[in-house]
Amino acid sequence: MAKAWKERLERWLTEEDSALERRMIAMQTREPDEESDEPDEATVIREAQERTVEQDVAERVHAWKERRGSKLMRRLYCALCVCVCVTMIFLLLFTVSTLPRFGSPNHPINNEVSARYIEKGLQETGAVNIVTGMILDYRAFDTLGESSVLFTAAMVVLFLLRMDEKSDQYSPLARVMREMPHADTYYEPHNDVILQKAAVILVPMVLLLGIYVVLNGHLSPGGGFSGGAIMGAALMLYVTAFGFKSIHRFFRYKTYQTIVLCALLTYAVSKCYSFYTGANGIHSVIPLGTPGAILSSGLILVLNICVGFIVTCTMYAFYAVFRKGEV
Amino acid sequence: MTLVVQLMLAFLIICAIAVCLTRDLLTSVIIYMSYSLVMSIIWVVLESPDLAITEAAVGAGITSLLFFLTLKKIHAIQARNEVRSEHGEQKRGGERNG
Repeated sequence: MAKAWKERLERWLTEEDSALERRMIAMQTREPDEESDEPDEATVIREAQERTVEQDVAERVHAWKERRGSKLMRRLYCALCVCVCVTMIFLLLFTVSTLPRFGSPNHPINNEVSARYIEKGLQETGAVNIVTGMILDYRAFDTLGESSVLFTAAMVVLFLLRMDEKSDQYSPLARVMREMPHADTYYEPHNDVILQKAAVILVPMVLLLGIYVVLNGHLSPGGGFSGGAIMGAALMLYVTAFGFKSIHRFFRYKTYQTIVLCALLTYAVSKCYSFYTGANGIHSVIPLGTPGAILSSGLILVLNICVGFIVTCTMYAFYAVFRKGEV
Repeated sequence: MTLVVQLMLAFLIICAIAVCLTRDLLTSVIIYMSYSLVMSIIWVVLESPDLAITEAAVGAGITSLLFFLTLKKIHAIQARNEVRSEHGEQKRGGERNG
């Protein structure tokens, strides 16, 4: 038993490169000539030069690895790593041991801010769920920033991964996608019956749960972000089971842009109104309603729905862009 | 109850170490998924169900899905099968030669 473990450990320590690395090396060193039929002389010479430079660098790295001093350096590096890790573990455990106990009354977070939220939260925001009242009323500006950050992240992923006409000049993946638009589903079973039957049952239920979590954000745990994530997961399941062709019947890039822009604008405008009235001491005309009813707590319901739309669309956009390069 | 919570905390530590030590990327993503699920149960025990819902949906669901997609894009999932079949061929070839 112990011997087997020792052998395994030794193999793990001495194994030079994993399967993935080997595969990547094989992909990199593959001759690129098979794509272009007749490359002109200049590119041939340039590629040859690049190859010799790469080989030279690789040989020098190999020689440096073999030298004795570098081995000593590596050992020193390992020892330093262990030292730093042990010091960090000790420091962090020491800090944790001096923290106040979880839930103790003398905790520094028990100050006037949380006392006010707990005492006057229901009266001022109309939301039974204090957390949502805090996130979407007292700190709504932060939540607007969060939604915008999510939108920006989706946009940046689109910039980086989106395929267009020019991208197949430098990306082999884009070339493959252009030649075979369904290459992405090549390795997946088409019309997987088990997945489709399960999706038929699960997708409506998951969507309903997401809608419930969004709409009841001010009454029960949840809210726009978590409900949006659940609905995004339902959309992903739908796409995985039925393919992009069927989701394009009702959800395209244009739809994504429209929904997210409208939701962000609604959020910003409604929050502008409440900031304006709050800062100038004007009484807001939006009624708070009876606490506990579904149509209550003023703007919080609207903001929850907006955040839910943004998060749903953005999660789905992440998935689609990661998978095939466009929404 | 406290025993269950302590068991779950120990599970979290074991998961965190196992993610670092696993060589297979697919396995480490699945371990990370189970980490998120147990973490969401701990959030419920700590009386913050809002966080628990978000952790279960984002941590266990969407993040791991994106990781799976990335692994597929860099052919990490595909490469493993090919290497395995290559190994099998080499072994067979070696037997034939020997």
